[in-house]
Amino acid sequence: MKNSTIKFVLPIVFIVSITIGFSNLENKKKLNTASEASINLNEPFDIVMEVLTHKRCVNCHPAGDTPLQGEDSHLHNFGIVRGEDDHGLAGYTCNTCHQDENNIYSGVPGAPEWAVAPREMVWEGKTRIEIAQQMMDPKRNGGRSPKEIERHLTEHELVLWAWDPGVDAEGIEREKPPIPKDQYIAAVKEWIENGAIIPNE
Amino acid sequence: MKVAFIINGEEKSVEADENSPLLWAIRDGLNLKGTKFGCGKAACGACTIHVDGNAVRSCSFPLKMAKGKSITTIEGLAENNTLHPVLQAWKEEIVPQCGYCQPGFMMATAALLDKIPNPSDEDIDKNIINICRCGTYYRMRKAIHRAAAIKSQSSIK
Repeated sequence: MKNSTIKFVLPIVFIVSITIGFSNLENKKKLNTASEASINLNEPFDIVMEVLTHKRCVNCHPAGDTPLQGEDSHLHNFGIVRGEDDHGLAGYTCNTCHQDENNIYSGVPGAPEWAVAPREMVWEGKTRIEIAQQMMDPKRNGGRSPKEIERHLTEHELVLWAWDPGVDAEGIEREKPPIPKDQYIAAVKEWIENGAIIPNE
Repeated sequence: MKVAFIINGEEKSVEADENSPLLWAIRDGLNLKGTKFGCGKAACGACTIHVDGNAVRSCSFPLKMAKGKSITTIEGLAENNTLHPVLQAWKEEIVPQCGYCQPGFMMATAALLDKIPNPSDEDIDKNIINICRCGTYYRMRKAIHRAAAIKSQSSIK
């Protein structure tokens, strides 16, 4: 079963990975271009988006059905897919491996409600403005109000896991977002309190 | 830390580091050697057990989280002297070669059949992602279909 599957699937995965790898490069280039042009880390919006576009966030807001993982944001090993409820498949859920906290023995990361973000909340490949627009749109943010988005971004343990990402299977610490947690939380609150203005909207 | 849980229908407790893998508590604390250590990274699936009916990689499941839970290992898959449909199918299809990874596969299969009683080949490919270095996948696929058929007529669900 799997031998034959692997023979056909591996080359496809390789090609897809290369393709996605190149598309990611393109996306990063786009984001970097935008960053160089307009990022001002005195602005709450920019501080927030520096975090939300980091791999610790984007890896679980993938463009496809497979989450990303690792510092290079590769497609999750083992052909993992989101499933109908974004928590994996019936016989193999996210919680088969990921528990409520990081595991220092296996290097498997964990936090409560570990899951892939729903399809309407894709961030991979999008600009900061596009991410912000969809994040504040109740039709694409799970029906959340701005206050609920604020709570999600500043209190949800799965989101705040980004600052406590643990170590990988080799014992190497995962990269944290480039903004300290307290500064990020303050920026989220200030941005939403002031109307969640999205630049160039 | 002393952690109590139900394993294979019996109340047991294990005293060990609360963050240590449940796998060690099962193998070394309770001397249930059927569950195997494979990669230690939750990748190969040799250590798969059930916690409250769900497949879990016990090498990546801390002992403390087992508190009060109901755990099933390969030793508990049969009821009395009646083989579970998965065990029966594995025997009929003569699946194992070296056998090391098979308990994990059987536990993953048992969990799958509880959720998807009659899995398609695609369901099997996507849900059973354990690793067998002997390459018994072909026989396992047949056994999984066989187990589904047996289970549909079995008193052991």
